[in-house]
Amino acid sequence: MFACIFIPDFPAQAIIRLEPELRRLAVVVLAGHAPLERVVAVNENARQMEVEPGTTKSQLEAWQNLVLRARSEAHENSAHAALLDCAQSFSPVVEDTAPDVVLLDLAGLESLLGPLPKIVHDLAQRVSEMGLEGNVAVAANPDAALLAARGFRGVTLIPQGEEGERLGDLHVDVLLESFSSDAQEATRWEEIFDRWGIRKLRSLAALPGVPVSERLGQQGIHLQKLARGAASRSLRGLEAQQVFAESVELEYPIVLLEPLAFLLNRMLEQICARLRARALAVQELHLNLELAPMQGNGCATSAKATRTFTRSLNLPIPVLDSKVFLKLLQLDLQAHPPGAPIVKVRLSANPARPRSLQSGLFQPVFPEPEKLELTLARIAGIVGEGRVGSVELLDTHREGAFVVRHFAPLEVSYLSNRVEPSSRKRKIMSLPENDSPCELEEKVAENAEENAREKMSAVIALRLFRPPLSAVVTVREAKPLRVQCAEREDVAGEIVWTAGPWRSSGDWAEQDGWSREEWDIAVSVETGLVLYRLVQDKIEGKWFIEGTYD
Amino acid sequence: MGEKAAGILSYMGAGSKLGAVVPASRLDVRPLPEMVSSGIAQLDSLCGGFPRGCLTEICGTGSSGRTSILLSALAHATEQGEVCALVDASDAFDPASAAAAGMEMNRLLWVRCGEKKSLQKDKSQKDRNKDKDFALTQKISHEKTGAHPNMPGMPARDFDLSTSWGIGQGQATEKKFGFRRWESRLSQLLKVTDLLLQSNGFGMIALDLGDIPVQSARRISLASWFRFRRAVENTPTVLLVLEQQPIAGSCSSLLVKVSGNRSQDAGKKRSTVSSQLSVIPPMLTDLAHAQLLDQLEITAELLCSRFERKLERKPVQSTRASFKSRAAWAG
Repeated sequence: MFACIFIPDFPAQAIIRLEPELRRLAVVVLAGHAPLERVVAVNENARQMEVEPGTTKSQLEAWQNLVLRARSEAHENSAHAALLDCAQSFSPVVEDTAPDVVLLDLAGLESLLGPLPKIVHDLAQRVSEMGLEGNVAVAANPDAALLAARGFRGVTLIPQGEEGERLGDLHVDVLLESFSSDAQEATRWEEIFDRWGIRKLRSLAALPGVPVSERLGQQGIHLQKLARGAASRSLRGLEAQQVFAESVELEYPIVLLEPLAFLLNRMLEQICARLRARALAVQELHLNLELAPMQGNGCATSAKATRTFTRSLNLPIPVLDSKVFLKLLQLDLQAHPPGAPIVKVRLSANPARPRSLQSGLFQPVFPEPEKLELTLARIAGIVGEGRVGSVELLDTHREGAFVVRHFAPLEVSYLSNRVEPSSRKRKIMSLPENDSPCELEEKVAENAEENAREKMSAVIALRLFRPPLSAVVTVREAKPLRVQCAEREDVAGEIVWTAGPWRSSGDWAEQDGWSREEWDIAVSVETGLVLYRLVQDKIEGKWFIEGTYD
Repeated sequence: MGEKAAGILSYMGAGSKLGAVVPASRLDVRPLPEMVSSGIAQLDSLCGGFPRGCLTEICGTGSSGRTSILLSALAHATEQGEVCALVDASDAFDPASAAAAGMEMNRLLWVRCGEKKSLQKDKSQKDRNKDKDFALTQKISHEKTGAHPNMPGMPARDFDLSTSWGIGQGQATEKKFGFRRWESRLSQLLKVTDLLLQSNGFGMIALDLGDIPVQSARRISLASWFRFRRAVENTPTVLLVLEQQPIAGSCSSLLVKVSGNRSQDAGKKRSTVSSQLSVIPPMLTDLAHAQLLDQLEITAELLCSRFERKLERKPVQSTRASFKSRAAWAG
C-alpha cells in the first residue's frame, strides 16, 4: 500500500505555518511584479469569501479584511522540507513528487506501527503538528493514492480493488492537474474531454481501450489507466536529509531583538517538531541573518550589497527543546548584536542522535545539561565571554599556561564504577611474584593507607595576582632583601626567609620566549608572615610578585 | 491591671495546649544535614566536614592556609564525581595548584569575576546603578562618627557615600578602602551565585572573597546572604565562602577560622615557620624549598556550628585542629 500527503493551497499554507495567527483570517498570496500581481493561492476563509486565484491585486480592493502576503520561496521550501520529514518519519521509502505532494510506501509498516487506519490517522496527525492542513490518502498504487489525496478532503483509505469505484466520482480536472506536464497540455486535454462529454473519471474509465488508443495514443491509455486506478509504478526514493533548516524572508526589516525572538521561536518550534518526528535531536544550530544594506552618511559610500551575519551554537550534548534554543540564541544575540536591520532569517540545525545514559541510583547529583547551558550563557553575559568554563592546563613549563574551555562535565558512567574491582585485581597481580599472597595483601593495604593519608592532607596553594604586581626589590649578594610594591601598600616589608632561585626558560626560538627566576619569600607583616612568590623576568630584568601562598 | 495580666498568663501557661509548646530553638524536627568531607582528615574530625544545603564560612588572613582547604574540599568533591563551581571574585585561582591538589578540572566550573571586555559595558553600568545588593543608598546609622560601631576607623555598614558624607570625605574613603574597585566584582559574584544556586545539581559552590578587603566584603547586604541560605536549603549543594573575616552573620551554619600556628615570642607573633627556626638568628636566611612550603602548620578553629545539638549554650572555648600542608612538588 502507498500513502500520499497533499497540501492544498500550498503557498498560502506555507506562510500560515510560520504565522499561525493567520489561520483564522482570510489570507491571499500574491505573485508577480507590481502592479500586475495576481492571486496564486488563497486559504479556505478567503475561498469562502469567493476570492479566486488569478484575481489581480487591484480587484482585491473590492474585499475587506483580506490579509495580503507576497509569495515566499523560503517559506515554501521550509514547508516542503517539513512535509518530507513528516513522511520520512513513517517510511524509509519516500518520493518527493511535488512541493505540495509526497508519496510514501507503507509496505511492511503494519507490524511496526499498527493497522493501516491507525497509520493513516497518525500520519494526518503528524502533518497537522507540522502546522500544515493536508489530505492523506492510502491506496494500492501510488497514482491512485495521489488522485485520492488531491480529490478527497481529509483522510481517505481505498481498499485494494476498489480504486476505480472510489476514484470514479472525481472530476477530470483532478487527473489533469496531477499528471499534466504543463498548463497548455492540460488545457488541450480538457478541451478534448469536454468535447467528448467526459466530466468524471468514471466516464473516462468506462471508454473502450482500443478506440482511446486510436484517438489519443499511448498518453490517452495512460490517463485511462490512472482514471481506473490501475496504473502501477515504483517510487523514486529520497535520501535522508542531513540538515534541517527553516528560513523566512521578511517584508519589513526587523530592528529589535524582541520581534526577532518571536520569529525565532516559531522557526525553532518547527525545527524541533520535524526532528522529534524523526527521533533526532540538535547538537549544532546555525543562525544566518541577512542584513539590510548599509546606508552611507549622505556620501557616495552606499554599499548596496547585503551582508550576512552568522552565529553558531555548539552544544556539548544533543538537545531538543525549542525554549532552551531560543533563550541561548537570545543571550547570544544580546552579547553579539547584528548591527543592522534584518531582512531574512535562516535557521539550520545539524541533527544528532538523542542522548541516552544509564544513571545509577547512588551517583552524585548532576546539573541538567539544558539548564546548565542556559546558566553558562547567562553567566557569560555577566562576567564576559572566556571568563567562565573549565580549565585545561597546557603541556608546557610556561607559568600560567592554561585555556578556559566550554564547561561540559561528563556524567559519571554507571559502568565505570563496575570496572574498579578488576583493575584493583590487576594491580595486585602485577606485584613481584616472590612475595607470598599474605605479604602482598599487607603491602597493598599499607600503600593504600599511606596514599589515603597523603591524600587526606592539604596541598599548599598559590593565589595569583592578575596581573602580577610589579615590585621594587633590594638585592644583596644576589638575594632579595626587601620588597616593596607600589600598587599595593600592604605588600611590602623585609624578607625574612627566602628559598630559591628556581630558574626556568622556554620558547627561546620563538618571539615570545621567556626566562625567569622564582623565589619563595616570607615577608613579615603586622599579622605575621606572608609567603609570596617573587619572580624576576630575566629578559626584561623586572621583578614581580606573582602570588601569595595560602 | 498588671496582676490581672500575670494571672491570665499563668492560667494560659498552665493550660494543656500551651504547656506543650517547645521553644523554636529546641526543636529537633529538622534532621542533621549530610556532611561532605573536606579532604583533610583533621578538619573532618573537627567539624565533621562541610554540611550540604548550608552556608559554610572559612575565614583567615593571607598565608593562613584557607585556599589550601578550599582546593582540598573542591578536589575531594570532584574526585567523588560531583560537579563544583568556583566563583572567583578576585581572579586569584591558580589552576596549577588545583591540579596539584588532585582536582578533576573538567568537573570544576571556574567563573572569573572582573572587568568585562564585551559590548555590554553600558548595560552593566546601568545594572550596577540598579543593583540593590549593595548598601549604597542605605541610611546612615552612625551619623556623628561615620564609623563602624565594632571597628574603630572603619566605615559603618549602613552608610551612604553619596548623601551623608561630604564629597571630600567620600573620595578619601574611596581611596582608602577602594570600594568602587571591588563593587563590580562583588556585583558579578552575587548575580553568578544566584544563577548557580538556581540551576541545581552542583555538589559544591565556592565563593572566593579571599582577596576582597573586609570593608568591601561587608558591603554585601545581609539580605543577599539570607537569600543564598534559603536558596541552598534543601539542596545537596555545599555553599562555601572563603573570606578574611566572617561576613554572613547568622546565615552561616558553620564558621571555621584558619590561621597559622602562632606562638608568642618576645611579644611578637610568629608563624610556625618562624617558630620552627627560632634557633636561627632573625636575619635573612636561606631555606630549602621544602622547608619553607612543606609542613606549614595550619590551625583550624571551629567558631560556630549549628549542628551541636547537645550543647544548649555557647561553648566557652572553641575547638581547634591542626594539620600540616605539603608542597605538591616536594613530595
